[in-house]
Amino acid sequence: MNALALPTRKDEDWRYSDVEAVASIWPTPAPTRIDVAAGEAARHHLLQDAADGAAAVHDYVITIADGARCDFHVLNIGGKLGRVTFHVTIGSHAHFELNGAILGGGDQTLEIITSVTHAKPDSTSGQTIRSILGGRATGSYLGSINVARDAQRTDAFQSVKAMLLDRTATANAKPELEIFADDVKCAHGATVGELDKAALFYMASRGMDPATAKTLLLRSFVAGVFDDVADDAVRQALEAAAIAKLEALV
Amino acid sequence: MLKIDDLHATVADKPILKGLTLALNPGEIHAIMGPNGAGKSTLAYTLGGRPGYEVTGGTATLDGADLLDMEPHERAAAGLFLGFQYPVEIPGVSNLQFLRESLNSQKRARGEKELNGGEFIRLAKEKAALLGLDMEMLKRPVNVGFSGGEKKRAEMVQMGILDPKLAILDETDSGLDIDALKVVGAGINAIMRKSDKAVLLITHYQRLLDYVKPDFVHVLAGGRIVKSGGAELALELEREGYAEVVAA
Repeated sequence: MNALALPTRKDEDWRYSDVEAVASIWPTPAPTRIDVAAGEAARHHLLQDAADGAAAVHDYVITIADGARCDFHVLNIGGKLGRVTFHVTIGSHAHFELNGAILGGGDQTLEIITSVTHAKPDSTSGQTIRSILGGRATGSYLGSINVARDAQRTDAFQSVKAMLLDRTATANAKPELEIFADDVKCAHGATVGELDKAALFYMASRGMDPATAKTLLLRSFVAGVFDDVADDAVRQALEAAAIAKLEALV
Repeated sequence: MLKIDDLHATVADKPILKGLTLALNPGEIHAIMGPNGAGKSTLAYTLGGRPGYEVTGGTATLDGADLLDMEPHERAAAGLFLGFQYPVEIPGVSNLQFLRESLNSQKRARGEKELNGGEFIRLAKEKAALLGLDMEMLKRPVNVGFSGGEKKRAEMVQMGILDPKLAILDETDSGLDIDALKVVGAGINAIMRKSDKAVLLITHYQRLLDYVKPDFVHVLAGGRIVKSGGAELALELEREGYAEVVAA
């Protein structure tokens, strides 16, 4: 495939995307490469908060060497199109952890696309994605886990939960497994729900106004995504941006 | 304080309340008793404004204000507290957070000064102690993992903190053992038995009334109050059964 060809919705990875918006910034910048050397531990984060109407695409190619680990936190909230992709290759006794939140409203299209390859034996990965979508927004998580033939004892999980604030919003969750080894543990779960009406009435019956009640429930839904960000300043920045976005959504 | 006049309400288009009339004055505790399916919980939810409970006729006012015209959170700010038969679990939201946001929402609505963190914690500690609820419980998510008795105690702590004018307590005694029943009963008395407050106790059994002595007892059957009397009526119901008393 010509890397410079503009993607279409026929491309699997772009199926739910806003290809018109991406045309305005095509070709997108070269991917950011992250190489974690053997035995090292790396921490990265991305706050994707592009201006209204803008398109932003962030591609990461991450290689995690034997015995290394990479933790990535992503908050995807800005732009008409906000797309973050990860191509990850994990070595032996290595770990990749992705914690992400997608918060969208209006006509935003926000995506997290992952392709995680367990290339060698005894590696692990975890992906936790929480999405909250209102208006006519579309939020998508497409995640494939590929386990190579000799990557025995791979242990991988994907946990994807989406909350829809309006009937006009869309959540896509597509966890995929491609496994060529036989001694492997891969767990994935995906749910799409709405705010708990019984909880909302209980909160209202105690006097809480609807906006406060919704914000509190939504905060608890995404709580935990940024809990293990090691740098306090980074964690606070991500949490503050998430709360500001939530308050704008309700 | 609470005036209900000829109230009609439906749930899923099915008429449940069919002309219910009742008045509570400040300082009074009323008990509503009745057989299953009489409309006891529907009365509580209709007064609380739960979605799905539709008023098709009549009025209900709290200190002269039209209760039925208010949103549920506005009813609470106006002084109504609804005790739930089955308190709702809210994972991820602590009791303290839940109560502080609730209290401050009410205060904002009434144009009063909100409580800061320290002031709120002092108030919560005092009310938790009154109900014998460990402060640690209040740090946990709302009702998650609480036993039936703990949920009802937590509801009473909520009532103590929110300090309503009128409490409508729907089957607060269900799921309580005798010890918990005593604590909850003492809590209701301590918080609500005051000259400027009133309580509507909705109950299936007489046993809570051993601890919270009502001034008036009403029998609800077929969506209406069919008989009213003093505390002795509850004993009569317990002894003779609803069918006897309602028919008499």
